[in-house]
Amino acid sequence: MTAVFVLPGYLRSFAEGRREVAVEIDGRTVGDALRALFEKCPGARDRILSEDGRIRQHVNVFVGDESIRFLGGLEAEVPSGTRITILPAVSGG
Amino acid sequence: METRHVSVTDGDLLLMVGTMKGAFLVRSSPDRKRWDWGGPYFPGHAVYAMAFDGHDGSRRVFAAPESMHFGSLIRWTDDFGKTWTNPEAANVRFPEGSGSSLKRIWQIEVGGIERLWTLYCGVEPAALFESNDGGENWSLVRGLYEHPHREKWQPGGGGLCLHTVLTDGLANGRMLVAISTGGVYVSDDAGQSWRASNQGVRAEFLPDKHPEFGQCVHKVARAAGSDSRLYLQNHWGLYRSDDAGQSWSDIANGVPSDFGFPMVAHPHDADTAFIVPLESDGFRVTPEAKLRVYRTRDGGNSWQPMTRGLPQKEALETVLRDGMTSDRLDPAGVYFGTRSGKLFASTDEGDSWRLLRDGLPPIVCLKVAMVGEPKAPRARQAPERTKARKRRPAARAIKRKGRVARKAGRRK
Repeated sequence: MTAVFVLPGYLRSFAEGRREVAVEIDGRTVGDALRALFEKCPGARDRILSEDGRIRQHVNVFVGDESIRFLGGLEAEVPSGTRITILPAVSGG
Repeated sequence: METRHVSVTDGDLLLMVGTMKGAFLVRSSPDRKRWDWGGPYFPGHAVYAMAFDGHDGSRRVFAAPESMHFGSLIRWTDDFGKTWTNPEAANVRFPEGSGSSLKRIWQIEVGGIERLWTLYCGVEPAALFESNDGGENWSLVRGLYEHPHREKWQPGGGGLCLHTVLTDGLANGRMLVAISTGGVYVSDDAGQSWRASNQGVRAEFLPDKHPEFGQCVHKVARAAGSDSRLYLQNHWGLYRSDDAGQSWSDIANGVPSDFGFPMVAHPHDADTAFIVPLESDGFRVTPEAKLRVYRTRDGGNSWQPMTRGLPQKEALETVLRDGMTSDRLDPAGVYFGTRSGKLFASTDEGDSWRLLRDGLPPIVCLKVAMVGEPKAPRARQAPERTKARKRRPAARAIKRKGRVARKAGRRK
């Protein structure tokens, strides 16, 4: 199964400057897809997940147009070929 | 905004300014008349901790930029900001299964003469990390993390943070940390075991005003040339210890308020220290809308307001716990930054002040270092050390290890 990650500017330095990173997923969930992304872009891992393995509070992950917060979090299913977008949340001052 | 860089040479003073939206490196020659500004580094990131390591010819500046979105880690530069490391993996992290995750790095402490080549950092949630390879790898100091008191520590207004780490010059190689709110903890065995050390420090916000631990300590500073004298700014309370933290005496004599955040000890005179009182915990601004640094010359028996050059009306300012520092020159320079983004400097030990810069983001960290060999300060009447400094047996081995690791780090 495949997916394409769309990365925010801040994370592109860990993906050789690319905005999009295609991955082969061994599994069917967002967690599986992220593992595949981290194999290609190890520097993205600690920026997206905290050390307890959770998505950072102010990072949003979308499968298609839907936030995974409403789809089951890291267990959300990823249809093959889906675009997974990572965006910093609107927050701060 | 374009990032500018400064050219720093040996003998310069380096001011490290951490703000809520980036860091700055500011240099001056020892006359401290003209300051050149480099930065902003890490624009958009809060930088609560910075440090300079000048051991063994090193010229390394550490910073802990924190992205609200992407977390925090320790980065460093060996060329005064032109290039910074950016490790792929977060270098300060709680071990798997600990149940904790890093929120903020509050303090970076370069081990003193008794702990050459060791670095410490204090973090939120309250914990201490240690590095023995120049900052590349960090490990949790478990003796403190597994302390039975830990589960009862409570977050203060700034979160549950370990914000003060003192490693240099205390008697018997003692280490001291301060936690808000947890209080002061000391270790006499290089961090293996810790004990609460808050006798005499009150906790105004608890039913028991003098508990063993749980105080909201805001800052602790070691007095110059003394291995036993400490000054402490508490969440309500000013204290001095003359027994390396075993007990604390109230020294809030003649101050408009004993609430405040920073506590800075004079670099050469054990009887001199600086504070910036705030009105109250509910209204954390300078009393009477006057920006005043208070200085003691007699170990806290009395305090005098230092006002020349500081605004004395309509100045509702706040100086945070790491927002004030002093250099090691003679006369000593004292510097502080406000939440409103003003940076003030005094080159005459607080007698007069000059606004170095206005319009910065809120200043949360201010450190100063002499780059290269400092000029020897004129001797003052600082008490002599009661015991000779004793280097740990393993110091040479650690020094060698550190050198190798640092060289490897520089090659990256």
